Amino acid sequence: MRPAGTYDTTYGQDMATVRTRAQWIMLAVFLALLLAFPYFGGIRWIGVFNLMGITLITVFGLHITTGLCGQINLGQAAFMAVGAYTSAVLTTKLGLPFLVALPCAGIMAGAVGLFFGAPSLRIKGFYLAMSTLAAQFIIIWAVTKLFGTAAMSVRYASIGGFLFDTDTKMYYLIITLTLIAGLAALNLTRTRAGRAFTAVRDNDLAAEVMGINLFYYKLLAFFIGCLYAGIAGSLWAHCWSFSIQPLQFTLRDSVWYLGMIIVGGVGSPLGAVLGTVSIRLLDKVFAPYISPILAAAFPFLRANVTYAAGAILFALVIIIFLIKQPRGLAHWWQLIKASYRLWPYGY
Amino acid sequence: MDQFLQFLVNGIMIGGIYGLVALGLVLVYKSSRVLNLAHGSFLMILAWLCWSFAEQLGLPIWLSILLVLVISVLAGLGVERFMLRPLIGQPILAVIIATLALGYLLEGVAIMAWGADTKGLPEFIPREAIWLGPVSIAQHYLWAFGIAILLFVLLYLFFRYTKMGLGMQIVSEDQQVARSLGIRVKNILAQSWAFALVIAAISGILYASLNSVNNGNALIGLTKALPVMLLGGLESLYGALVGGIIVGVFEIVVGGYMDPWVGGGFSNVAPLFLMLVILLIRPYGIFGWQRIERI
Repeated sequence: MRPAGTYDTTYGQDMATVRTRAQWIMLAVFLALLLAFPYFGGIRWIGVFNLMGITLITVFGLHITTGLCGQINLGQAAFMAVGAYTSAVLTTKLGLPFLVALPCAGIMAGAVGLFFGAPSLRIKGFYLAMSTLAAQFIIIWAVTKLFGTAAMSVRYASIGGFLFDTDTKMYYLIITLTLIAGLAALNLTRTRAGRAFTAVRDNDLAAEVMGINLFYYKLLAFFIGCLYAGIAGSLWAHCWSFSIQPLQFTLRDSVWYLGMIIVGGVGSPLGAVLGTVSIRLLDKVFAPYISPILAAAFPFLRANVTYAAGAILFALVIIIFLIKQPRGLAHWWQLIKASYRLWPYGY
Repeated sequence: MDQFLQFLVNGIMIGGIYGLVALGLVLVYKSSRVLNLAHGSFLMILAWLCWSFAEQLGLPIWLSILLVLVISVLAGLGVERFMLRPLIGQPILAVIIATLALGYLLEGVAIMAWGADTKGLPEFIPREAIWLGPVSIAQHYLWAFGIAILLFVLLYLFFRYTKMGLGMQIVSEDQQVARSLGIRVKNILAQSWAFALVIAAISGILYASLNSVNNGNALIGLTKALPVMLLGGLESLYGALVGGIIVGVFEIVVGGYMDPWVGGGFSNVAPLFLMLVILLIRPYGIFGWQRIERI
């Protein structure tokens, strides 16, 4: 819903992502705030933002596979693990530069994704969920077999001699890549592939009848989604350098990523952002805040209250959203926008 | 050869339990087309409850099992009413995520209430091994297998001869037809959830009495029962038993012969490899319905 008086007079205007001057100004202010954040945010918040940025890249990938193309992927965390370990081995064991390792990690994860996504031509729905669930367990088992369960140390990322050895330096790297990933995910919907994905999601048989090569586009969706996961995994490996281990990429994380697109709103890039930010805030800020209170109030509770409280909160949020607002936070945002644009004559 | 026979017998025994776990999944899927990915978590938490009643409150084991069965019926009715019924008509993704989230909710509750401990249920079935020629069978496995078979037979009779069972079959065939025959579909769905959770309770207690009570038990709902269900066919009750035995034998035999080669732990993922192969070759399983899709 556009406010009265805003017209598009050219095709370029019609297709633009950022339409008006006010939007450009808001975008510039947002970017400036984002870049200046380390100067006024505490070190703990930078850590939270780094985690959010990396998660956001993965969730953008999942948004493409599951949200746009409708192929359920319950193994996103495992594909992240593939990226993380590829990057770790390439930089630390083989001594390759980070700028080589990052795309390699993405492509490796994408290739593994192609392998496990291949059944998607014959199967869908629950069956595909089972197949990707198997991928989750098999990949993590393979990673454990190859590298052990112990934490693996990784060298810091470096580009042209510049070493990303603090959280603040990593922050800029992660923010840059997250913005690029977000822009790519946003623009993908407007390409031929993006339209094909939407058609496949809505009804894959009908899409095939219209001349869309199902096998190609389903695999492409898996490849792009897992590519994102691989890039995020590579960043993860270099961000918390001395502790990547298989335990960080469990089914639980895969479910959380899917939960984020559900809470945000399936099929909308804005939804991916809103979902990731709100769930991560809930998990990393709200749960640690309430868990000491919970533990004090109910002394019979056992250890790991933070973990358990996070899981319970997350599960409740997901279930409530699925029942009460299946279209997610992005839909709420649309409603709010429409109501203030139409104010005071909102008929 | 003796070793192979031993593996075979162990596989069949453990397969009975897997079949029983998968049966709970099949019951729900058959009536409501919902894949209950929280089944394993229910199994785990009901076993914990049984342990709590028996060890912490000091009730006799038969009474605690009975109490757990009552609780599982109530839980089944509650889950159906407050979570699954509002989700009717939503896409499959919603149902998958909702049941997975429910699983993590239960896991969180279990961690809060019981921590990450491993506990043993009080022994209520003897554990000495029986020797059949060269092959030994642990008695508690035999009991568990016997109980599983008994339940399968009872359920078969239930579906074949009782009004409620026949109603469930009609609902699984076509809900519209069921309605026009005067069957309350809502009630049937609630009953099948209650049944499924009773089976979850029984299989959870049996599984826990074979091994131990811990939070890891929840995983068999995903890594063991799903391959079983898929192999047998998503809609088939006896498929669950056949699939369970095949998966159990596959796991023990492959694990037994492969583990020295690829290192321990392969037996845990072996059923998942089997699942991938089935998905590629014959996704509807041995006894499942092959559905033909139209636009």
